[in-house]
Amino acid sequence: MPDKKPVLEVRNLTVALPKGADRVHAVENVSFTVNPGEIVCLVGESGSGKSVIAFTVMGLLAKALKPTGGEILLEGENILAASEDRLRQLRCTRMSMIFQEPMTALNPVMTCGEQIDEVLETHTKLDAAARKAKIIAILTRVKLPEPERIYASFPHQLSGGQRQRIMIAMALVLDPVLLIADEPTTALDVTTQAEILKLIAELQEGQGTGVLFITHDFGVVAEIAHRVAVLRWGELVEMGPTEQILSRPTQDYTKMLIGSVPSIVPAHRGVRRDGETVLRTEKLGKTYVSKGFFQKGRTVRAAADVDLDIRRGETLGIVGESGSGKSTVARCIARLIDPTEGKVYLGDTEIATLPPGRLRPHRRKVQIVFQDPYRSLNPRMTVGDSIVEGPMNFGLSRSEALARARTLMETVRLDPNALDRYPHQFSGGQRQRICIARALAMEPELLIADEAVSALDVSVQKQVLELLDEIRQRLKLAVLFITHDLRVAAQICDFVAVMSQGKVVEYGAAEQVFGAPRHDYTKALFAAAPGRHWDFSKASAA
Amino acid sequence: MSATLPDAVVDSAAIAAATSRRRSVWALAIRNPSVIFGGAILLIMLVIAILAPYLGTVDPTRIDPAMRNKKPDTVLTYRLDDGTQAKRTAIMGTDSLGRDVYSRVIYGTRVSLTVGISVAIIAVALGLAIGLISGYVRWADGIIMRIMDGLMAIPPILLAIALVSIWRAGLVTVIFAIVVPEVPRVVRLVRSVVLTVREEPYVEGAISVGTPTITLMWRHILPNTVAPLIVQATFTAAAAIIIEAILSFLGIGIPPETPSWGNIMAEGRTLFRVFPHNIMYPGIFLAFAVLAINIMGDGLRDTLDPKMSKKV
Amino acid sequence: MLDFIARRLIAIIPVLAVVAIFVFLMLRLTPGDPAAVIAGDNATSDQIAMIRGKLGLDLPIWQQFAIWIGDMLHGNFGESFFFKKTVVELIQQRLEPTLALSICTLIIAVFTAVPLGVLAAYRQGSWIDRIVMGFSVLGFSMPTFVIGYILIYIFAINLGWLPVQGYVRIGVDFWQFLERMVLPSITLAIVYIALLARITRASILEVLNEDYIRTARAKGLSTRVVLMRHALRNAAVPILTVIGIGIALLIGGAVVTESVYGLPGLGRLTVEAVLSRDFPTIQAVILMFSVVYVVINLLIDISYTLFDPRIRY
Repeated sequence: MPDKKPVLEVRNLTVALPKGADRVHAVENVSFTVNPGEIVCLVGESGSGKSVIAFTVMGLLAKALKPTGGEILLEGENILAASEDRLRQLRCTRMSMIFQEPMTALNPVMTCGEQIDEVLETHTKLDAAARKAKIIAILTRVKLPEPERIYASFPHQLSGGQRQRIMIAMALVLDPVLLIADEPTTALDVTTQAEILKLIAELQEGQGTGVLFITHDFGVVAEIAHRVAVLRWGELVEMGPTEQILSRPTQDYTKMLIGSVPSIVPAHRGVRRDGETVLRTEKLGKTYVSKGFFQKGRTVRAAADVDLDIRRGETLGIVGESGSGKSTVARCIARLIDPTEGKVYLGDTEIATLPPGRLRPHRRKVQIVFQDPYRSLNPRMTVGDSIVEGPMNFGLSRSEALARARTLMETVRLDPNALDRYPHQFSGGQRQRICIARALAMEPELLIADEAVSALDVSVQKQVLELLDEIRQRLKLAVLFITHDLRVAAQICDFVAVMSQGKVVEYGAAEQVFGAPRHDYTKALFAAAPGRHWDFSKASAA
Repeated sequence: MSATLPDAVVDSAAIAAATSRRRSVWALAIRNPSVIFGGAILLIMLVIAILAPYLGTVDPTRIDPAMRNKKPDTVLTYRLDDGTQAKRTAIMGTDSLGRDVYSRVIYGTRVSLTVGISVAIIAVALGLAIGLISGYVRWADGIIMRIMDGLMAIPPILLAIALVSIWRAGLVTVIFAIVVPEVPRVVRLVRSVVLTVREEPYVEGAISVGTPTITLMWRHILPNTVAPLIVQATFTAAAAIIIEAILSFLGIGIPPETPSWGNIMAEGRTLFRVFPHNIMYPGIFLAFAVLAINIMGDGLRDTLDPKMSKKV
Repeated sequence: MLDFIARRLIAIIPVLAVVAIFVFLMLRLTPGDPAAVIAGDNATSDQIAMIRGKLGLDLPIWQQFAIWIGDMLHGNFGESFFFKKTVVELIQQRLEPTLALSICTLIIAVFTAVPLGVLAAYRQGSWIDRIVMGFSVLGFSMPTFVIGYILIYIFAINLGWLPVQGYVRIGVDFWQFLERMVLPSITLAIVYIALLARITRASILEVLNEDYIRTARAKGLSTRVVLMRHALRNAAVPILTVIGIGIALLIGGAVVTESVYGLPGLGRLTVEAVLSRDFPTIQAVILMFSVVYVVINLLIDISYTLFDPRIRY
């Protein structure tokens, strides 16, 4: 490929942040190229500036951000110097972009066909019939079934994967030389993600399109990238062919990052099932009923016939895609919602049907850590107040509770003197530690982690996972770990229940489920995991 | 706004942190130019209302047939009780009963501010109580919201007119007649805040550490209603002042001898073509008062409740 | 779709029931004998006895309500002793000015406010935006009757362009009718314009933050197309909602405006009825205005389906 001219050349790009931000530049002195037919991944954690670069190339940067230096050459033309009119001409004809959230990226009140048609109307002189034919052709190329029907459909009538295909069709209908993909599969389930990745790779290879692919997920990088650029705090850490970066990174940061990616091969955890049973569910189910006047009432079985048990010192993982019912089960067990069927035994007590008054003493035994660290703590209360709230509800004096909170802050590796600070003064990972401390302050028997590390960057995620596992061991806690991330599940779980459409389809020891899945759905799920052939532990060893 | 806690053991740093945060939101609000501007005018109005007797006014209800329908800046001669004569310039003229319009307008400030402030406080208090019940007691929610929807289906001014016609006019009845149509709006606001906040993970976290419902509401949910309620209260006060003026203007509000801006204008209606001052001066005061409150409300909304400022 | 309309229709039943109960209770809550209140001050005891029998005042309250609601549903709104006519006749007589005023106002308001709001949003932060927003706060703060008198003072008294007060029926002389509608409609429209321009601007600004607007820009569409085709249509639902809610403002404002301009409409009738404590008329007018308000909002709710394909239930 060296004989071809690059489609995109970014030279010493610097983008300034508005005054008062935590640093001066969103992007500083970044240079890289994308060649025709090549997929270049920009990878980094949140705040690395990877999306800013993508938006700068498209000329869609928020007004507060200003490119202050360098140049961006699209087929040799400096986009930073181009007029707004020229940029509009280039968009969708020479460079296109697809976004993270297919659910919101399409206009809800226009049909998909109309939205693609707009592109042709704006940039070509084709007549209506020719445009329609071209749209049907591209819909077929992105492998949407029944293109005629899809053409007339509104976005809300399509699934997330289908909407992302519409976005791709819209982006590629005029055969641009550059496609920018900003985390295009992050919001999608793993099986859909695999299909979309495959589609992008096929289409760009066929057309020789250069792709600038933004992602935080090294699994996706291993799956799709030809070359990788690692970013941190707006600076380029290192860049090179995928193979080289993933297996022989030279920079410490890259090594740390890749070393933090959990392996999909389950760890040998040596489970001895000798503890007493903490939680047991019997045919647990939750059915939602919605009423209609002319239609029959619709019933949704969010979860059905779920049998689980967890003993002291064990971690049981529930893995599944969105809508599989895994969170419903967790919330039923924590009695944040009331189960409609089945039983939940905490030790010997059945709590599924206990009235609120009698339930209260049992609440202490089950504690839950939620996904979103930014909404899990009351912003108006100091973290100390949040931690002591529970123990004080159960009769501890404030001083005793505070003493316990100080100890717990040390347990979760935070400064005990930070108890009088407010949540907004902590980072996401720190907040998640505080949430763990708040849960532990109740001295629970069962800790539920509902996607507790999913919102965290991979390096922070690793630390929180290690912390959780250490606490489990030390306190002999039973842990129920809800996750959509197979890699995380493989590392932290002793047992795994795979859920699909409200039911547990496979349930067994983690090593067995991961090593030799039996159910078709489990097999499909594992086969779709991006970068499954790549063992990231090699890099940290190197 | 942070929770009230048994304060014995809270160390000083925590208190300092809590107060500094509390101050920061309010500091932002009172530094907002709209809040300063509106607040300043309102403060002047308040001072006028309190100091009304000392601002060169005479008895606003005193009828003087000899002094009827004088244009602004007419010099009037009064016969005082001790028999001596005094001269006085009626800077806003007199009405058709010879009452001094300036004095009536100045005293009218009292009525309007009383109505605005009382309606805002009563409507917010009632709405908060009903809204909390509605947001937290499931069986009551349906009934309460149906009643509120019904009340909101009657245009506010008509509802107030209907209530006044039941109760007969008077300051207290006017205040309650204006409160009733405002309550459903507050109820809806409080209820929607409760329903949204109840889904927040931190509230669910508090539930799972066994926090009793009353504490949960007081500590985790109620503080979230304060900012929107303050904003709502200012707009309610502005609306109340307008509705009072309308009712009085139509002759079905506060008894006509009481000096209120609406009453002054009602009195001036018949001779408007010849003596527009009877309507213009109270009109200017009325518009200024309402404008000041609305501007302040806009500023408060932008600072205290940025999410809501996107809506209306 | 049918399900959606059916749901909406069923949802207004409890609302109207609450209104009806309130209006019914009005008379019962007034101090004094309801029959005597209705009959007015100059009634004979025979008349009072007759009314008492008609209202069923000797029966339990729920039966009285049943009789009353039955009358209402048959279009029998009773008789106004003050005006010496049936209420239905009275309302028919007074309907035209109010209807004309409302329609003129709506047209002026929507066609001024929506473009102003769009313009303000499009030029957010510019002087146009500031003027529109400033006007909006001002318009919202000026009581309708103050605006009315200012306009009369300027255009009717000082400039003498338009008549001060009065009404000419549309069938009698169209131009004179129009001449007399100009000032009242503008007066009443101002508060409506203030509200609507503000909500239009806010809705469009909110829509402009949506992801699909970014997509539209990434397609290379011009700002105008993005604004008109993508933003305005998505902002239509909140704008329509406020047009509907604003009808309440319009009805309330009509009461005031008709008084200021001496229009013999339903608003003026309401005030006259309250002043003369003519309860059958007050009850009928409140009931009617509320029903109209609820039905208009129902229609607007249903019209959402035209703008947003997601609303089907």
